[in-house]
Amino acid sequence: MSRLVPATPTAFHRLNPLTKVTLATTGSVGAVIVGGYLGPLTILGVMIALAAQAGVLRALLRASLFLTLPLAISVVLVSVFTRAGTTVLFQVGPFDATMEGVDFAGQTLVRLLAISMSIGLFVMTTEPRAFVFDLERRGVPPRAAFVAVATIEAVPTLIERAGVIGESQRARGLDTEGSLRARLRGLIPIVAPLILGSLTDVEERSLALESRAFSRPGRRHLLWTMPDSSPERVLRWALVLVLVLAGIARITGRI
Amino acid sequence: MLELSGVSYRYAGYPDPVLHDVDLTLADGEIVGVVGANESGKSTLCLVVSGLAPGSVGGQLTGGGLSIDGQPMAGRPLHEFVTRVGIGFQNPATQLSGVTGSVFEEVALGPMNLGASRRDTVQRTRQALATLGIEGLAERAPRRLSGGQAQLVVLASLLAMRPGHLVLDEPTAQLDPEGSLLVASALRELAATGTALLVAEHKTDILEGLCTRIMALADGRTVADGAPAEVFGDARLTDWGVDPPARIRLDRLVRERGLDPAQVLP
Repeated sequence: MSRLVPATPTAFHRLNPLTKVTLATTGSVGAVIVGGYLGPLTILGVMIALAAQAGVLRALLRASLFLTLPLAISVVLVSVFTRAGTTVLFQVGPFDATMEGVDFAGQTLVRLLAISMSIGLFVMTTEPRAFVFDLERRGVPPRAAFVAVATIEAVPTLIERAGVIGESQRARGLDTEGSLRARLRGLIPIVAPLILGSLTDVEERSLALESRAFSRPGRRHLLWTMPDSSPERVLRWALVLVLVLAGIARITGRI
Repeated sequence: MLELSGVSYRYAGYPDPVLHDVDLTLADGEIVGVVGANESGKSTLCLVVSGLAPGSVGGQLTGGGLSIDGQPMAGRPLHEFVTRVGIGFQNPATQLSGVTGSVFEEVALGPMNLGASRRDTVQRTRQALATLGIEGLAERAPRRLSGGQAQLVVLASLLAMRPGHLVLDEPTAQLDPEGSLLVASALRELAATGTALLVAEHKTDILEGLCTRIMALADGRTVADGAPAEVFGDARLTDWGVDPPARIRLDRLVRERGLDPAQVLP
């Protein structure tokens, strides 16, 4: 049975999924609540250390930078040039780049990075099934669990199908290479069959699921779930407590 | 034993029934083949026998009814059907749940949904895999299987729920000859364990060597029901949109040339 459980190569991977999602939530919400530089940078430091332990640091940094880059560019441009301030660093046309704007952009960037690193670490070290089965073990209805896993697991299938449709369309002369405009034009003949094909499959798949007692009410006995432990439960509650205290401190103006 | 008596069925939104007054008896260990042209009612018959029509698909039984082991099944919830009748469709890809990481988990999904204990689920899963001789696939990712292997996994998934009857709607439609033979051989093994099988197929060559009885449908009505040799030898078979098995076509060709099949054919 142990062979069914997804691979857990490091101690961080072996943490219960709920612990990892609590950590991700504390990291991302905490970065927003605490603000400034110190809080988000501390969270960033913790996530980097954990990612290094889990052996995903390089991939996580790459993914986080890639995902936050478009948002970061717009944040920097909007904050630096439109934020009112007394210290003008330089001017571009009618816009003043202020020290306050640079400071605000810096704070927003470290927050964004802390959020993406927190969520990214969870995603990269947790098998979706492990997370959903753990939730089901804790009382989430099997149907909701199924929908959650099916949604996540459908992504690679859709990508695979889109690839096949794309190849067959290209075989019939569709040009999907070259300029951005040509690529966008090439997307249309792929999207329609992709959606229609997926809808057709849904009917047969739903019948197949019905034939496997999917509609039966009641709990089911799962084949495996990720282990949980008392230290992890303590850690989760401690993280929640830290988050609540940070929220209170923020509301009362202490941080 | 599964019995359909005088069943007529109409899809929701359609004025006319798709099945008209169909009778069918499926005894334990029996393999009944269903043949007919496209839209003759084969798939609808499979859905009705499995309880999915009208249970899940909707529509209405406008006449007759289904009983299993003498008990009428009208109004029963679908999850009660699945322990008595399993149904498999032609495309293995859409029958895999898409939520499991291994074949073992895929096969175990049905018993788990039935609320079986962990031990029972494992035992049923191992037994189903062993019955079809696919224990070696247990740890493989379902998405990475060939068509024939995936169809066998679908069959194992149905078997793990231990239904007394299995309904298969064109189980070899998307398989190559090797995959088709693999499935046919597995079905023969299954029937030997006492499971009753209803197999709707276009490939009469497979049905000829597999079935104990053949039922032919045309426009939703039963037009023939008898031993394979009798139904496949019927001169009206092509009028019903069914190609006779290669052996019978060859036999006819030989006769047309004035030769004796017993001397010419192996």
